[in-house]
Amino acid sequence: MTRTLPPRILAWFTARGWQPHPHQRALLERADDPATLLIAPTGGGKTLAGFLPTLCDLASAPHGGMHTLYVSPLKALAADIKRNLSAPASEIGLDIRIEDRTGDTPQSQRQRQRRDPPQILLTTPESLALLLSYEDAPRIFAGLRRVVVDEIHALAESKRGDQLMLCLSRLQSLVPDLTRVGLSATVDKPERIARYLAPAPQPCPIVAADPGPDPDISLLETDTPPPWAGAGGRYAVNEVMELIREAQTTLVFINTRAQAELFFRALWEVNDTALPIGIHHGSLSREARQRTEAAMVAGELRAIVCTGSLDLGIDWGNVDLVIQVGAPKNVKRLVQRIGRANHHYNAPSRAVLVPANRFEVIECRAALEAVFARDLDSDAPRDAPLDVLCQHILLMACAAPFSADALFDEVRRAGPYADLTRESFDRCLDFCATGGYALRAYDRWQRLREQDGLWSLRDPRSARNLRMNIGTIVEVETLAVRLKNKFGGAPLGEVEEAFAATLSPGDTFLIGGQTVRYEGLREMVVEVTRQGAKQPKIAVFAGVKMATSLELSSRVIDMLGDRDRWAALPLHTRQWLGLQERISALPRPDRLLVESFTRAEREYLAAYTFAGRNANQTLGLLMTRRMESANLAPIGFVATDYALLIWGLERVRDPAPLLSPANLRDGLDSWLSENAVMKRTFRTAAVIAGLIERNMPGKRKSGRQATFSSDILYDTLRKYDPGHLMLDVTRAEAARGLVDFGRVEAMLARIDGRVDLVRAPHVTPLAAPLLLEMGKVPIKGAAEQLALESEARALMEEAGLT
Amino acid sequence: MSDTEILLCGTTLSARPSGALWWAEAEILCVADLHLGKSERLARRGGSLLPPYETAETLSRLQREIDALQPRSVICLGDSFDDSHAAELLPEAERQMLGSLMSGRRWIWVTGNHDPEIPGLGGTHMAEVSRGPLLFRHIAHPRAEAGEVSGHYHPKMRLATRAGSVSRPCFVADRRRLILPAFGAYTGGLNCTSGPLRELFEETAICVLTGTATTSVPLITRATA
Repeated sequence: MTRTLPPRILAWFTARGWQPHPHQRALLERADDPATLLIAPTGGGKTLAGFLPTLCDLASAPHGGMHTLYVSPLKALAADIKRNLSAPASEIGLDIRIEDRTGDTPQSQRQRQRRDPPQILLTTPESLALLLSYEDAPRIFAGLRRVVVDEIHALAESKRGDQLMLCLSRLQSLVPDLTRVGLSATVDKPERIARYLAPAPQPCPIVAADPGPDPDISLLETDTPPPWAGAGGRYAVNEVMELIREAQTTLVFINTRAQAELFFRALWEVNDTALPIGIHHGSLSREARQRTEAAMVAGELRAIVCTGSLDLGIDWGNVDLVIQVGAPKNVKRLVQRIGRANHHYNAPSRAVLVPANRFEVIECRAALEAVFARDLDSDAPRDAPLDVLCQHILLMACAAPFSADALFDEVRRAGPYADLTRESFDRCLDFCATGGYALRAYDRWQRLREQDGLWSLRDPRSARNLRMNIGTIVEVETLAVRLKNKFGGAPLGEVEEAFAATLSPGDTFLIGGQTVRYEGLREMVVEVTRQGAKQPKIAVFAGVKMATSLELSSRVIDMLGDRDRWAALPLHTRQWLGLQERISALPRPDRLLVESFTRAEREYLAAYTFAGRNANQTLGLLMTRRMESANLAPIGFVATDYALLIWGLERVRDPAPLLSPANLRDGLDSWLSENAVMKRTFRTAAVIAGLIERNMPGKRKSGRQATFSSDILYDTLRKYDPGHLMLDVTRAEAARGLVDFGRVEAMLARIDGRVDLVRAPHVTPLAAPLLLEMGKVPIKGAAEQLALESEARALMEEAGLT
Repeated sequence: MSDTEILLCGTTLSARPSGALWWAEAEILCVADLHLGKSERLARRGGSLLPPYETAETLSRLQREIDALQPRSVICLGDSFDDSHAAELLPEAERQMLGSLMSGRRWIWVTGNHDPEIPGLGGTHMAEVSRGPLLFRHIAHPRAEAGEVSGHYHPKMRLATRAGSVSRPCFVADRRRLILPAFGAYTGGLNCTSGPLRELFEETAICVLTGTATTSVPLITRATA
């Protein structure tokens, strides 16, 4: 059925001298298809395209109850869409309510929304899951016509998307005629996202908008060459300030929160004319973030220093420059970030890349070439995660008693779960009901009970706890940071618990752009005082580790190995590579370069495999296991896409046995299972599946024992119930991030024992950036006890207690 | 020797890597906060269905200490069960395991805040136990006389080392009192360098960290002052 614009909407377009883009019309024509995916660049009128059929419907006939449900990964986006949609709706003269509903929505409004749903509801996957867990879900969604899923390219990479697709399946059962639309940025395999979104086995046609002109993108030229190591980009701060001054509004993307803090501070030191520059990242308090967002919307800021927290979402039409500090790691994300500049269709986006160190010059150059070649990275396909399914089953039990057969069919209609076996489903159901243990200990206390073919909660009161546990984002434990004063102090943000544990009173660190002094820990709050303009002693706290895509790392190897292509690199970078060659050597494809050096009482070993992060991570586990049995006391390692860096208490004099392919897999299973990466993975899966409850804020009080660690549950399960569902889920998850055996063996076969060990006098040019990598994996071996004993001896002597 | 000797009111006590306390002279083994039946209690109350193996795990660790030391008496310093029902609902296999541990020796259940009564398991129930210069009770009294041995707080200590931050359950002791770490498998911990635990001790108090071997550190260090 072809649709035309109702006169009122046509008049609205005409009055503005606009007309709908072809892809907006295409979506209108497909308004009755069960599913459609729109691929459009940022600024292409994606949101209006998604809502145009809704506005047309509502302009043609009034609609009681909810008409369109909009789901986005960001709360801020839901609020922003509300603003941007309310204006045209009232200009067109639609008498409808457009409301958002997120974790921040006041309780009174949420209750009203359940009683009397608005025509358009804007929400997040978690809030939708919560709504669907209520007994009155069928009434809330009665009459629903459309679902619009925004930023689906981001959701499809995560468990949040998997949960959302399960929820859409439930919605479709409640309202069978529901149509869905996905809005996506440019991706390399749109058909994969279409399959993800479609109600299986139905098709999901793809509408592609004009991608627009190539971006205007360049590498920043600076007077001072970038440093050898480091990730902050401080050296370029004057040039970046100059770019900000010349542009209207600038977004400065930096890869980690700590680096964003440092760079923000450095910018202000050279901000002679006091241009309004703000900062935005996930560690800042909600108040601080909202202040920055509001100032940006009001056009009061000339620049924002930000992290991935602003990757998605809010359209600021006046942004005309994007600066990426540090290597972009991933071409697709770079393209999306660049798209944040100049949200005007058909105007090129302007972006400048600022490599943070010499190695990143090579990475940035490779990324720039990839952007022009429109060579986007692809993500490995994922299996549907069973921990998310367990949560979904429990939430469905909160809503109403269900039959296992019907729920299984419904789950299989969700794209990511289309191939789910009945056996896997039954295991998840058994886990939800009884815990799924070999020892049937809980038959009396089952969580779900079957009666007359229907499963329901044994104790209806448990619904409250299950609802509190909704969601698939499991954050690392963090502590609030507050200024110390007798009134409680202003919140500044939060830091990871593990970071707080390393602080001693008097230590200084950066948060919210200011240096603060650690005073102590009180009732699970980090208390600090202001410390003026002093340089922080500890600059680094928590950050998100981003992996370089395989596509990008292979471009880097090619460039490194091909001297003819060095011509594209600045002189300082060519000189730097020359220095690496003099002190050590350059990595070569048919050999393995291994460097050893001493630094700060630790012995380091760097291996340049260029095998990708997963393979290097696995290799790190293999090598440290062999080091542990050779009494080389490894402490930890970190893997990047290019290299593996291991540190320990003893110097490695012959790396060849550590890298021998013989008996590589012997005893590996137990070593892998005991690894910290596995324990982290287990914790996430266990929280999502409802095995352990999240630590809700305010639940942990001083003077009471903190909850025991999930590591203990993991160890207990491995010992007493090795075939348990949660261990299978953990292994499957870890296999994606960890064990890339094939690549390790291929790499070892390629070098065939040709290992070149270089004993360097100090850190080498190539090794320097590795020292600052995040995502270090600790080895809980002999070194921990040795280091503990020597630290204990020192402390006892210092206290005069020996 | 992986034990650490603690001197308290003229007695010599051994802090074991397992978290148990051994008084060789009196042949008394002392353990705190076993929290047996914790997973069952959580499930009963409609909470998480945790792996139901922690009671077997705790008892088998206790078995290893009893086999190694052959104590004449065992003192459980309270919170031995997660609540009074947990003792009643103890599965048969674990009840038998506990029975074989108890047989042939004196067994004292000190009353804790989680388990005011422990029905039907034998042994002696006492609010406090006095032996020589020592007094065993569940919760430390701020103004107790010297020689008090207690549990309840699940003390833990975190240290920054060359190998990174290390956190372990620990004993805390000064000249007047000793607090044991929790022995049970599913027990959390309370950082002993702050809050109510810190206030119970003198400046010269020592923490003995558990693990593969015991390790002693001062309670007050440059890191915790």
